[in-house]
Amino acid sequence: MQVPILKQRDYLIASIQSALTDADLLRLRDDLVEQVGRFRSRGVIVDVTVLDVMDSFAVRTLSALAHMIKLRGAETVIVGIQPEVAFAMVQLGLTLSTVATALDLEEGLVYLDARATSKQRGDRRGGRGGR
Amino acid sequence: MAQRAGEPPRSMSSRGERSQDAQPTAALLSELVAHLRENRTQLREEWVRRITESRLLTAMTKDEIFAEATSVFDNYVEVLETGSVEALQAYARNLSERIIPRGVETHEVVGIVLLLRDVLARSLFKKYQADFGLLNRVLDAYEPAANRIANTVAVGFVQERERIIRQQQEAIRELSTPVLQVRERLLILPMIGVVDSQRARQLTEQLLRGIRSNRAKVVVMDITGVPSVDSTVANHLVQTVEASRLLGATVIVTGLSPEIAQTLVTIGVDLAKMNTVGDLQGGIEEAERLLGYRVVNEAEAPPPVEKE
Repeated sequence: MQVPILKQRDYLIASIQSALTDADLLRLRDDLVEQVGRFRSRGVIVDVTVLDVMDSFAVRTLSALAHMIKLRGAETVIVGIQPEVAFAMVQLGLTLSTVATALDLEEGLVYLDARATSKQRGDRRGGRGGR
Repeated sequence: MAQRAGEPPRSMSSRGERSQDAQPTAALLSELVAHLRENRTQLREEWVRRITESRLLTAMTKDEIFAEATSVFDNYVEVLETGSVEALQAYARNLSERIIPRGVETHEVVGIVLLLRDVLARSLFKKYQADFGLLNRVLDAYEPAANRIANTVAVGFVQERERIIRQQQEAIRELSTPVLQVRERLLILPMIGVVDSQRARQLTEQLLRGIRSNRAKVVVMDITGVPSVDSTVANHLVQTVEASRLLGATVIVTGLSPEIAQTLVTIGVDLAKMNTVGDLQGGIEEAERLLGYRVVNEAEAPPPVEKE
């Protein structure tokens, strides 16, 4: 099933609604990378709250997505990873360590705002969680 | 075990002696019990004297020893009479429950029961010294019963100890590690005690749930109370840090002692991802800095503007 992508100010919000197949994930990745240019967005939030499992393909796709978005000049933050999912992920060694993460949508917006502010100031201090 | 009367003439073996016995063991035992009851006061005193002499049960007062000795004695005689160790087992458990917290050691308990056995045996020697054959038969009846009692008491004591140890282990395992909020969006997790993989997992799950329910940004994990760190615990620390990051929280680990630091470096755990600060205070200060708080001492702060 397709993931709705909402444009909100300078950001794109992809809110996953149900479990995704590998094809859905790839499509989400391609859609986001394409739209980030079209809407000249500065940030992308992928909300994975409903996912109760994140396999290695999902993690790999999400981190590829983040890297591609980065190359297109925007920031990505993954929000809403469930505690159980997070624990399972680290046990599998899927730490998503190069991608920014936040607790929920609200935190994700706060993070992107902080990044935007720090970029405007021209320093790299602001924001947290990115590596 | 009842013996049949009218067996073939005695042989030198004790079994033979018992078998040819005109008096069945039961009868011998009841005679024995009657004798012990008769001399209860004197035997008991003798026993207590020997306990004191051997410096056993030093954790207890003389009166307590005497009271305890009386009930042990009565139980002992009862078991000899009935042959049922169940009551004694219950009594031994109860006794152990009372005396273990007072610091009575296993060797003391075994010691006093063996002393009682010896005291009673001596009194039997004395009573039956005229008739060596009879003495032998009485001892044949007495010894297995006495040994069984000694066994029961010792096992009861050790079992009670083990039960307490198990109970304590359980308690330690179930010790909930509190996840405490010290400031808006700042949690502390003071870890105390030995961490095994099961507990580590439990801790991580608790922390992750705490992060979500308190919407925490920063977590200070204090391991001052963790006596030792092995690769399991170290990996657990790393995993917790990573899982917390996935929920958008930063973890600061504090309280790594010099020994633990050395262990971690020696076993080569990659702690590069971990944000460590010396002590809990430093950790909380660092966390406040991350959250944008600034703690100001009122005395040093500029005086507040007077209101008209």
